[in-house]
Order: sequence, then C-alpha cells, then structure tokens
Amino acid sequence: MELIQQLINGISLGSIYALIALGYTMVYGIIKLINFAHGDVFMVGAFTGFYLITVFHLPFVLALVLTMLITALLGVVIERVAYKPLRNATRIAALITAIGVSLLIEYTTIYLRGAQPAAYPDDIIPNKTIAISGLTISSQSIVILAVSVTLMIILELFIHKTKTGKAMRAVSVDADAARLMGINVDRTISVTFAIGSALAGAAGVAFGIYYIKIEPLMGIIPGLKAFIAAVLGGIGIIPGAMVGGMLLGIVEALVSAAGFSLWRDAAAFLILILILLFKPSGLFGKNIREKV
Amino acid sequence: MANKPLLEMKQVGVQFGGLKAVSNINLEIYENELVGLIGPNGAGKTTIFNLLTGVYPPTEGEIRLQGESIVKLPPYKITQKGISRTFQNIRLFKELTVLDNVKAAYHSLAKHSILSSVFRLPSHFSGEKEIEEKAVSFLKIFNLDSKKDELAKNLPYGQQRRLEIARALAANPKLLLLDEPAAGMNPKETQELMELIRFIQREFHLSILLIEHDMPLVMGICQRIIVLDHGQKIAEGSPEEVRNDKRVIEAYLGEEVVS
Amino acid sequence: MKINKKFWIPFSLAIVFYAVVQFLLSSGTLNPYYENTLFLICINLIFAVSLHLIIGITGQFSIGHAGFIAVGAYVSAVLTMKMHLPFLLAIAAGGIAAAIAGILIGVPSFRLKGDYLAIATLGFGEIIRIILLNIDYVGGAAGMNVSRLTNWTVLFFSVLITIIVINNFTKSTHGRACIALREDEIAADAMGINTTYYKVIAFVIGSFFAGVGGALYAHNFYIIQPQVFGFLKSFDILIFVVLGGLGSLSGTVISTVLLTIVSIYLQDYPETRMILYSIVLILTMIFRPQGLMGTKEWTDLFKKYGKMGGNQNGKQTVA
Repeated sequence: MELIQQLINGISLGSIYALIALGYTMVYGIIKLINFAHGDVFMVGAFTGFYLITVFHLPFVLALVLTMLITALLGVVIERVAYKPLRNATRIAALITAIGVSLLIEYTTIYLRGAQPAAYPDDIIPNKTIAISGLTISSQSIVILAVSVTLMIILELFIHKTKTGKAMRAVSVDADAARLMGINVDRTISVTFAIGSALAGAAGVAFGIYYIKIEPLMGIIPGLKAFIAAVLGGIGIIPGAMVGGMLLGIVEALVSAAGFSLWRDAAAFLILILILLFKPSGLFGKNIREKV
Repeated sequence: MANKPLLEMKQVGVQFGGLKAVSNINLEIYENELVGLIGPNGAGKTTIFNLLTGVYPPTEGEIRLQGESIVKLPPYKITQKGISRTFQNIRLFKELTVLDNVKAAYHSLAKHSILSSVFRLPSHFSGEKEIEEKAVSFLKIFNLDSKKDELAKNLPYGQQRRLEIARALAANPKLLLLDEPAAGMNPKETQELMELIRFIQREFHLSILLIEHDMPLVMGICQRIIVLDHGQKIAEGSPEEVRNDKRVIEAYLGEEVVS
Repeated sequence: MKINKKFWIPFSLAIVFYAVVQFLLSSGTLNPYYENTLFLICINLIFAVSLHLIIGITGQFSIGHAGFIAVGAYVSAVLTMKMHLPFLLAIAAGGIAAAIAGILIGVPSFRLKGDYLAIATLGFGEIIRIILLNIDYVGGAAGMNVSRLTNWTVLFFSVLITIIVINNFTKSTHGRACIALREDEIAADAMGINTTYYKVIAFVIGSFFAGVGGALYAHNFYIIQPQVFGFLKSFDILIFVVLGGLGSLSGTVISTVLLTIVSIYLQDYPETRMILYSIVLILTMIFRPQGLMGTKEWTDLFKKYGKMGGNQNGKQTVA
C-alpha cells in the first residue's frame, strides 16, 4: 500500500515535471536550444502565484491564469532580448547565453526579495483527503493532476487543430521552408516560448500548492529533471515530454519509497546518463544523422 | 593496371530506416586509376564515399582495401590504411592556418608522444620539425605556401578547395576520394583543377575516385566512369562508352550529350 | 635552439615574481587581504586553464568541472586528515583520482555532441556532489575540516606547471589534433586523427589539474562541503573561460585574474556580483562571442609590433 501511495505522489510530481518538460521540448524542437532559464520561469511562476494569492488575495483559478499570463510574457521577453540575436550563432554561444539568463533571473529575484524561502498557505485548495481502500489521496493531488491533464489536452488540441499549432510543427521541422510558405517564423517562435513558459508558470503554482515551500533557487533542480524527462521521452516530441515527466516522477517516488530518498536527485541524473548512452533519441524519438 | 584491385566493393548496400540509400554495389578500383563517379543528385555518390571512409558501415556487403576488409574500422583507421577524402561542402579547420590544416593531416604519421611534447623532449622537436618541413614543401606544390599563415577561413573559395585537396593528400593515401572538387568554379579554374588532378595522380602514384557533375572535366580526365542512379550502378566503362549508353543518357546526361 | 625567448623571458619573470612574493610573505609585509586574493587567483587559474583545455582547445562542452574539483578536494583531504599522509602526496592523489573520474566521464561522453554533452557533464557533476553529500565518512552535508596546508610555493609551482603542461600540449601535433577535432570532428577523423582518443586525453589532463586545484582549494579554506562544488561553481569557471575567449590560454588567464579580483571586491554583495556576471555574459555572447581574445594568444599581439623577431609562425596560435 505504501508503494501505491508513493505512486500517487509520483504522479503528482510527475505532472509537475511534465508541465515543465513540455516547455523544454517545444523550445528545443523549434530552435534547437536547451533553454536553461526555463526552470527559473517555473520559479517565477511559483512566486508570482504566491504574491497574487497572499498579497492580492486572488482566488486560486484567477491567480493561476494570471500567473500563466505573466510567465508567458516573461518567456517572450527572454526570447526576444537574449535568444533571438543568437539564432545564427553557435549552439555553445546560445547555451552559454541561456545559462546567463538563468543566473540573471535567479539573482535578481534574490536581490529583490532576499534568498529566504516563502510558504504557500496550505488551505488554497480545501484540505480534504479521499480514502479509497486504504489509500489516502489529497485534494491537492487531484487538483494538480486535473489541472495538468487539462492543460496538456488543451495543448495537444492547439498543436493539432489550430493554424498556429500547425505553424509550430512546420517551423520545428524546417524553419526556412516554413518561412517560404509564408509562416511568420519569429512570431511562431515567440508563441512557442509563451506557451511553454505559461505551462512552467502553472507548474510553479502547482508546486507551491503541493510542496508549500518555495525559494529563489528552487527552479534549478526541477528544471534539470524536467529537461531529463524531455530527453527521456524524446526531445522535441510533445507526448514524449508528458510521458517522460510522468515516468520520472514515478521513478523518483519509488526511489524514495525504497528508502533511498537522499538519492532521489541522483536517480534522475542516472536515467539521463543511461538514455544518452543507450537511446539518445529517447523513448519516442528517431535517430537523426548529421549529413556528411 | 595490377591484377589485384586496390579497392573492392562487393554487394554493398546501406539502409537508413526504410530507405535503401545504395544497394547491390559492385565495383573495383585498381592502382593508379582515375575513376569518375557520376549520376543525378541523390543517386548515392556521397553515400559511397561515406561508406568507403567509414562514416557509417554498410548494412550488407563487403569492402576491401588491398585485400583487407575495412567495414568494421573507425574512420581514422581507414585513413591510416590509405583512403583519404575531400568533402562536398568544404570542411577545412577554419580557425587553423593553412599550414596547420596540412600539419593536422600529418598527425597520424607523427612519432612523438604526448609526454614527449609536454616535457619538450628532443623527440618532440625533431618530430615537429619534420612535420613542419613536410607541410611547407607540400604547400609549395600546391602554390599555397605564400598563404601558409593565413587562417583557412580567410582564403578565397578556389584556394580553399585546393587546400582541402592538399590536406587530403598530406594524409598519404593510396586512394583519394574527391567530392565535387570543381563545384562553384569558373571554366578557367576548372581547367587548372583538371591539370592539378592529373599532376597529383602522376606525381603521387595514387588512385583517384572523383564525384563530379562537370562533364567536360569528368570526360576529360577519367580513364573509367561509373554511373549511379537511385542507389544502384547502372553503367560502367570508358568515357566514350558511358557517353553513348542509353540508360545513362536517359537517367542523367539527357539527349544533348556533351562532347 | 627552439626553446627561445618566447619561453625563457616569461619563465624568468615568473620566477622573479615568485621570489618577490615569497619574500613578502615570509617577512610578513604582505597584507593578508592581498595574500588571500593572490591565492584565490592562483587556484582559479588552475581551474580555468584546465577547463580551457577541455572546452576551449578540444571543443568538448563540459560544464561539470566542479565534480572533478570535488573529487580532488575530498580525496586529498581524506589522505591528509584521515590517513595523515604528506600534503604533496595528497595533491598528486587528488589529481589522479580526478583523472580517473575524467576517464569515467570522458569515455561514455565521446559520442555526445554539443548540448547533450553539456547536460551529461552537468549531470555527472551533480551525481558526484550528491554522492559526497551522502557519505558520512567525509562529513556528509556538514562537510569536512581541513588543515591549512596550501602555501605560496606549492601553489605557485602548481599553477606554473599547469600552464606549462597545457601550453606545451597545445603547441604540438597533439594540440593541433584537438583543435582540428574541435573545428570539425568528421574532417579530423577523415584526416586520420583518432578523435575519441583525444577527447578522452583532454578530459583526463583537464580533470587531473582540476583535481590538483581541488586539493589546493581544500587545504586553503579550512573546510570543504559538497554544496560548494555544485553547478554554480562549474558556471563560475565556465564564465572565466568563455569571457577570456574560447581557445585562448592567455585570454583565460587574463579574464580569470580580472574576474577573481572583481569577485573578491564584490564578495559582500554576492547577488550583485552574479547579476553583473550574468549580464556581462549575455552581452558578450550577443556582441562579442569570441570573448576577450578569441583564439589568439598574447604573443600574437606582439607579432604586430615585431618584438619577438625571427619567428616564422606569424598569426598561428599553434606552433
């Protein structure tokens, strides 16, 4: 039973990872950049939600939506200011810039409000637990899962049913061809960043509600893990990020359940090393060769 | 022409996913031959080069250099065994000088160890001196010695192509693969290139396999031509024979044949 | 004679510098503030120059350097504190242990490119940190107390040896092989260069010196804790190398000296320092991605003024 309990924890954690991983995978798919700052957008989402709820006393849903809008805006600003100038630069230069943006967001946050953690109120979602055959499932878990799944479904519909979604898919396959087809590549890239960042923002709020404690450097490790989840599922592949995130959350919960909670973080990195060694294209990915 | 071929490809094929890039390739190249490899774009010519140099292994068939199988060898070992190449899109070491580009090709022939270089032992100095002298004399042959300290990326296009050939030759091959060396060249440059290739073949006693779309060049210097289409060999023979082969005309040369 | 003015003049100046500082230290005239700064600069130099070999020369984007440093720090600390072995032996052991870590990381990484290699090395660095966090023998999260054994002589000659070894390696056919592989791995393979071997060699040499630096670091600050060796440390060193110019040893040295001084000056304002660094990093990548010196060395600047005469190597960065 303890095992299944942990599995449920794992799914909640996994959905948070999945939401963050989606942003990584979409951005990598479209401009082949590992957006190191993405984990920090997640952190900004957590803090934004925190301030909206505690200082402005906004109800949960409104705070969530507003947070997502704000983080979406942040994502677009980052893209336009720091990444767009480097579209034609080497991958290493873009990666270094992303590291720079990440550090900038983290330390500006610390500069503005200090490094001390903050605590989400624990009654945002009425604290009920549902008991099913010996298992206790908190209402938080259910809400997080519901929100995540809803967002992912909306995303899938968006990608496959709207014109912008189609444009996103086109640009990630061949940006030049897409441009020749009349697709506004710049705008498409900005939209991708906006959506990815909005999801990360939602993940931040979800994290705050579930784990209560938030602090300025909270985005680094979950960010890295979410990236690992994206690689696990197949970088650039959207369903892959969802599956990868879930899997990673579950694995982590199981590692904790087995008594190795101090090694939780290492589990994620180990998975990364194994994937990169044996199947770098991920679970759903295809092998792409460099043309010689 | 020796009896035993320098290079043999037997029933070679390579498949990427569901796509057969080349299949059923049988060809031989003998010592001191200048062979052309022609065909429409996408026919599989560069794929053959990649197979020969070990960029990827064939999914079927056998490749032998001087009787020895090379299919399981990594690219650098194949080069050391005697196959060297240039690339369709020039792949020079951009931030290295012209001289260093050529010196890099001598690396596998260097005898001084890392320790010798770190501790600046006499073997390092003699080894480096040898590399320097060889590289400079090589550049002289190609008329690039006046530019030896220029960064490779700053050379004009035609000289970059020449440098790439010089570098490939510095690796001391028995078989030299040239991938569209005349691409982007005007008629005068092409003429010079033809003479250069003839000169190289004479001077260094090696075999050359040449991919080209420039028909005057191919017909002008190749002793034998192999024609590829859709990953398969469709014709082989002297320039005269290939020029008049119906399948080749249909697939590639067109009705107006270059004389 | 091939070992010419280019070597003996800087070398002699360095020895003079060593002697002067040694004198100031033993006579007690050197202010501890300056002593700390100097020591920190030297330690950072070893870190940065070792990373320069891996990233700048060989083009392997390794951002887990702090992991190698941690291995050197902890192994050497265990040898001196727990086994009471001599300091010099501990330093060597730290370097060797880090080099072994370098092989373990280098070998599986050789087929990874660019971004993936970066993430994998970051992951390895983190794994090392987490492992150390969980080993009680070395104090776990609380860390380990280490006597201050690092002195000017050991430190100075470690830096000198690091720079000379890496410079000698670079200016040889082996360094050329690494640069060729950085520029175009497929072409390097095609020219007969065993690129896998040289990637591993770069990792081994780079991690060896990182371990040496780690040992010197451990015995300089009285205590070592796993959290000090996280990716923030890796990024710090990465910034030294990138801002100096990827591929330029002199650039790395200059930027490390300058940035260490800046960071000491701003040590009471860590957030300001990081905000400044990150903005400089972003602006540099956008407007001057080649950093301070690109791939040029300080000797190339002198070529223009004809000071070092009789040298046919012109603008070459590799002899």
